[in-house]
Amino acid sequence: MPTLPPSRKPVRPPGRGPRRAGPPKARINRKEYASDQDVRWCPGCGDYAILASVQRLMPQLGVKRENVVFVSGIGCSSRFPYYMNTYGMHSIHGRAPTIATGLKASRPDLDVWVVTGDGDALSIGGNHLIHLLRRNVNLQLLLFNNQIYGLTKGQYSPTSEIGKVTKSSPFGSITPPFNPISLTLGASASFVARTADRDTKHLTKVLKRAHTHSGSAFVEVYQNCNIYNDGAFFDFTERATKADRTVYLEHGKPMLFANGKQGIRLDGFRTSVFDIEGGDFSVNDAIVYDETSLELAGIVSRMSQRPDMPRPFGVFFCEERPTYEQLLWEQISAITERQGQGDLDALLYAADTWTIQ
Amino acid sequence: MENLPISTVAATKPVESLNEVTVLFAGDSGDGMQLTGSQFTLATAFAQNDLATLPDFPAEIRAPAGTTYGVSGFQLHFGSVNVRTPGDEVDLLVAMNPAALKVNLERVRRGGAIIVNVNAFKPHSLKLAGYEGSNPLEDEGALNDYRVFEVELSRMTEEALKGFGLDKKAVDRSKNMFALGLTLWLYSRPLKPAIEWLSKKFSKRPELAKSNIHLLKKGYHFGETTEDFVVRYEVAPARLSPGTYRAIRGVEALALGLVAASSKSGLDLFYGSYPITPASDLLHHLSRYKNFGVKTFQAEDEIAAIGAAIGASFGGNLGVCATSGPGLTLKAESTGLAVMMELPVVIIGVQRGGPSTGLPTKTEQSDLLQAMYGRNGEAPLPVLSASTPGDCFYAAYEACMVAIRHMTPVILLADGYVANGSEPWRIPSSSELGGFDVRFAGKTNRKVDGKEVFLPYVRDAATLARPWAKPGTPGLEHRLGGLEKQHETGDVSYDPENHEFMTNLRASKVERVTQFIEPTEIYGHEEGDLLIIGWGSTDGVIKTAVDQLHNRGLKVGTVQLRYINPLPSDLGAILGRFDGYLVPEMNKGQLIRILRDRFLLPFAALNKIQGQPFKASEIVEAAINHCEEIN
Repeated sequence: MPTLPPSRKPVRPPGRGPRRAGPPKARINRKEYASDQDVRWCPGCGDYAILASVQRLMPQLGVKRENVVFVSGIGCSSRFPYYMNTYGMHSIHGRAPTIATGLKASRPDLDVWVVTGDGDALSIGGNHLIHLLRRNVNLQLLLFNNQIYGLTKGQYSPTSEIGKVTKSSPFGSITPPFNPISLTLGASASFVARTADRDTKHLTKVLKRAHTHSGSAFVEVYQNCNIYNDGAFFDFTERATKADRTVYLEHGKPMLFANGKQGIRLDGFRTSVFDIEGGDFSVNDAIVYDETSLELAGIVSRMSQRPDMPRPFGVFFCEERPTYEQLLWEQISAITERQGQGDLDALLYAADTWTIQ
Repeated sequence: MENLPISTVAATKPVESLNEVTVLFAGDSGDGMQLTGSQFTLATAFAQNDLATLPDFPAEIRAPAGTTYGVSGFQLHFGSVNVRTPGDEVDLLVAMNPAALKVNLERVRRGGAIIVNVNAFKPHSLKLAGYEGSNPLEDEGALNDYRVFEVELSRMTEEALKGFGLDKKAVDRSKNMFALGLTLWLYSRPLKPAIEWLSKKFSKRPELAKSNIHLLKKGYHFGETTEDFVVRYEVAPARLSPGTYRAIRGVEALALGLVAASSKSGLDLFYGSYPITPASDLLHHLSRYKNFGVKTFQAEDEIAAIGAAIGASFGGNLGVCATSGPGLTLKAESTGLAVMMELPVVIIGVQRGGPSTGLPTKTEQSDLLQAMYGRNGEAPLPVLSASTPGDCFYAAYEACMVAIRHMTPVILLADGYVANGSEPWRIPSSSELGGFDVRFAGKTNRKVDGKEVFLPYVRDAATLARPWAKPGTPGLEHRLGGLEKQHETGDVSYDPENHEFMTNLRASKVERVTQFIEPTEIYGHEEGDLLIIGWGSTDGVIKTAVDQLHNRGLKVGTVQLRYINPLPSDLGAILGRFDGYLVPEMNKGQLIRILRDRFLLPFAALNKIQGQPFKASEIVEAAINHCEEIN
């Protein structure tokens, strides 16, 4: 279990207080994408940082605002579209991937983003998530994982750890959590990444990459719920522990952490930590990360389930393959070319007919 | 059935002319009875008779051979007169085995004919069919009321196919073609459509085309030469109104109606679907129409199917999905979302026996109340119904029109009977179909604090529909969602008065559909003793019953409701012209509750919940009884 850092002061939402105000330039850009609605998340919620990062990122993506659509389901995270001055839909619990699929399949010209949470995407909407990824619809799916049900006021979620005491598990949860990275790799996702709300620089970098990716880009965002699950990820986000407890994946680079003092190597099919200096292994033994290897991504994703291992962040897997809507439209145009544009009258008469005078 | 013997000289055997005939092909689910029936239908359409069909098959794909629960049937009623039902009583039963005879004997009229495959009446099959230690073909008195023709179908098939090099299984599977040939001869139907169909179907396996056609002709010639059949029959062409016709199945007509709506509205059709009996055929048809820009999406489940359709509608497409009983239930929450977001979506419910999995291959009308009320909250939407296989085309077309014009989800109810049944259909030309008025919002619609803005819930004064703004339109960025909307702005609102206002507004919007409903047609008497009120697939059988009641001197009329929500505004005035009311439904009484709720009149119910359509005689009897009661 992660241990909480000493300071547990609620974090003020970015732009809401003097200490966290962003640079003036970014704020001007951000405004264009902020809707006129009051943001109603709890003060200190990790969602604020993600919203601000996305609003700052959007103008840099070279997409017209009217072509952007945010689709969400139900939950705290799913209020997100209301705060974006783009087209958007706050739909029903778990179903955002279905709506986004229909939208993107029929309108490939749009830039579609799905915002969801651990309950929304992995519990009630689990089936839709895996099929969206399997089909490889070209969109970005941001899963805000806070390992708790926030909007319904604090029940354990499908990513809550075993033993978690919540309102609905007063004696501790008895169900093992999903590992969203392993799950989505298993569902044939073509892009899988992890980042965190409190590292906005990394968050922005990962979202940018996700947007560049052609296909379903799955991004798990560790997000702090300061009301019902405060500090769930502080081990990985706070200065005191972050370096020792996280490892950042970079394609073609060795897996090092703890300020370069430790590395990750493969011991058979298992990952293992070693000291760079003074041990049996050297930096050359560290895994050189390869984001095109599904096998390696699978092995590395499992580190998240081992308390003895640092938590991996970054792009786990990236593979270019045709998108669903691309194949759909290609098939339609190929058949239309072969058969000619459909003629309604001809279709109605396309059977054995007889005429009565 | 009336027999009018007319002698002809052209045929080698005397020909009797008939006004109408009902034939039932029955055999194992692997015997190819559906295929035989549909080929007979095609030949009958070719002979220009009016017709109606009733395919009746088990839910098991290949139920154990020879059992009664594995019997598959295809009933066809055709005539030179108006044919509106698959027939109350069967004139000719073709029974491929003892089980088929056992299951269907009670449907054959006294004096009717039965052709049996006598080779199948062996101890083992007799036992499987429940004829323990007996054989109805031999037992004294068992079939005295019928004219039985014992034909050695299996043996003659085997002999005819000698030298074709087919294995035993393939030979056995072909015997339905012999039966088809024989019945085509018996009713003077052309062989040509079946021959063409076989050549096309087996174009890649010419040996099978050859053997099947050979057998078809053998069956036909057998009729001519055997001494068993002393006469053959003919049915003159029906006096249908002028036009070009084709035979059409309901589910095919639904597909064509949707394509027509897409073509005439200029909106691309997006069809989300999860396979379910009996709606799957709609997906099969639509997935072939790629060159009409139709996008079919086979979703991971029923919920995803409608979700994708809603997403496509949000994107400015014609979003449609179809399903059946349990699937409609699964779509309920998403349907409510579309009600709240006021987006056009057409949901077609092809009803089947319920509850739960119920009777997947049998027909029922028991999802009406689900369509009307099966959502959380106050969530009214237009509910339409399709009355005949050909009418499915217009019903689907109209459902799309209503959805777009009023910015609302629409539920169109068909059922297994109307979807699987077929009839001759006068083909409309695309120019006679009503036009769509699709208007996408293109600019801002309000000035707020001196700023031009787009408010997504500002309404059309006549219809109360909100504007449809497609993503990609600059300046109209807006957010939709399932939370209650503030009037006009569409912002999230928890205001108590606003919620009540919006609830009433959504109801008024649906009620205003009545402005566009055509005046209600009354069939039969315009006033009098009894008005029979029906909806959906009972159309044909009720009209047939009304004709018979008229012949008995009763002043009976009927209306078949296309719109169940909202009810047509002239219905009240029509009801006022009759003394009594009968509401036949294939459920425990669903429309009748809606009518009673609205009109407080003494409606009488006639309910049938057997997975089978009504017989005209059942409605006639109920109507007479009710007229006696109220007089």
